[in-house]
Amino acid sequence: MARKYKRSQIIVIDPRTSVISDRLKGIGRIIAVSSGKGGVGKSMVATTLALSLAKKGCKVGLFDLDFTSPSTHVILGAKYVQPTEEKGLIPPQIHNLEYMSLIYYVGNEATPLRGADTSNALIELLAVTLWGNIDYLVIDMPPGIGDAVLDLIRLVPRIEFLIVTTSSQLAFETVKKQLCLLKELKVPIVGIVENMKMTESKNVQQQTEALDIKFLSEIPYDPSVETTIGHPDKLLETALGKKVFNLAQTV
Amino acid sequence: MHEWALAEAVIKAANEIAQKENLKQVTEVTVKIGELQQVERPIFRFALVQLKPANFKKAKFHLTTAKSTLKCRVCGTTWLFKKTSVDKETAEAIHFVPEVAHTFVKCPKCGSPDFEIAEGRGVWLESIKGAK
Repeated sequence: MARKYKRSQIIVIDPRTSVISDRLKGIGRIIAVSSGKGGVGKSMVATTLALSLAKKGCKVGLFDLDFTSPSTHVILGAKYVQPTEEKGLIPPQIHNLEYMSLIYYVGNEATPLRGADTSNALIELLAVTLWGNIDYLVIDMPPGIGDAVLDLIRLVPRIEFLIVTTSSQLAFETVKKQLCLLKELKVPIVGIVENMKMTESKNVQQQTEALDIKFLSEIPYDPSVETTIGHPDKLLETALGKKVFNLAQTV
Repeated sequence: MHEWALAEAVIKAANEIAQKENLKQVTEVTVKIGELQQVERPIFRFALVQLKPANFKKAKFHLTTAKSTLKCRVCGTTWLFKKTSVDKETAEAIHFVPEVAHTFVKCPKCGSPDFEIAEGRGVWLESIKGAK
């Protein structure tokens, strides 16, 4: 009896997305530190959260997805390190964090990427990075609700968002839109951090709670944080460091 | 051995399609490799063979090549990426994440980094053939 053959012509199938869930299966929780607005201190909060979780004894990865404006490597003082290539890319350990960033491949040069390129680079790194077994992966997101946010929601079904805002109405109005979008899409929101707070106003907290979202912490503006850049141990001693360390006990 | 991770993705995606199409045995898998990523074919092929699941026992892998065509969004110039046009370190960076080409490669006519990778970026699963 003749065997029945079938040929499946597959046009433009990107195989990389198929393997992403396997790459992330050894990770306990994946937390994207995000904000609808730029300049609110996402990178500082993300890095400090990762360092705090590691200090607590957890195995932690930090992934800088702000491809066009990466800065977590500056906060960490990361120099002269590269991922190891072994059936994929193994992130190097920096201050007890498994640390991944596009910076390994672009150095100090500008990286002008359009949306489709951002998505492609994100998918590539998710598909080839071997995180292994870790308790937390903290992701430093680019500002806004563009490609990186939409891609993570699409590709990482168990992603959780920790949202950073400042007290400024300009920041929080944009952040509220992000919160509404995430709620509408039923994406888990860990809560809100109000960063660089300079007044006693409870406006952000009240509006957050009115949206039935957890208000996690208010972090006072601390000018000394700037002097700790490149020195993670000192960062944890600042007001921001102490607040985020307390936050790390509860997330 | 970054090729191994890409091969894993190809096998997983092909197997998902085989299951969807009810193919009991996969006999042929065609993979298109874009020149921009500079995948090391012998390593990639070796990984594909090593990673074959039971229903891929008889599968042959065909690797085709797509020239890496870049198109400038500013002046419209189209050109082909050549590995030899960049230094070894840059070529390696592009190998790991092809989008970093936007950092190192410029339009040969107007110098803009704002170009589209029109074809030949990385690894694509083109077709599979099998027995039902």
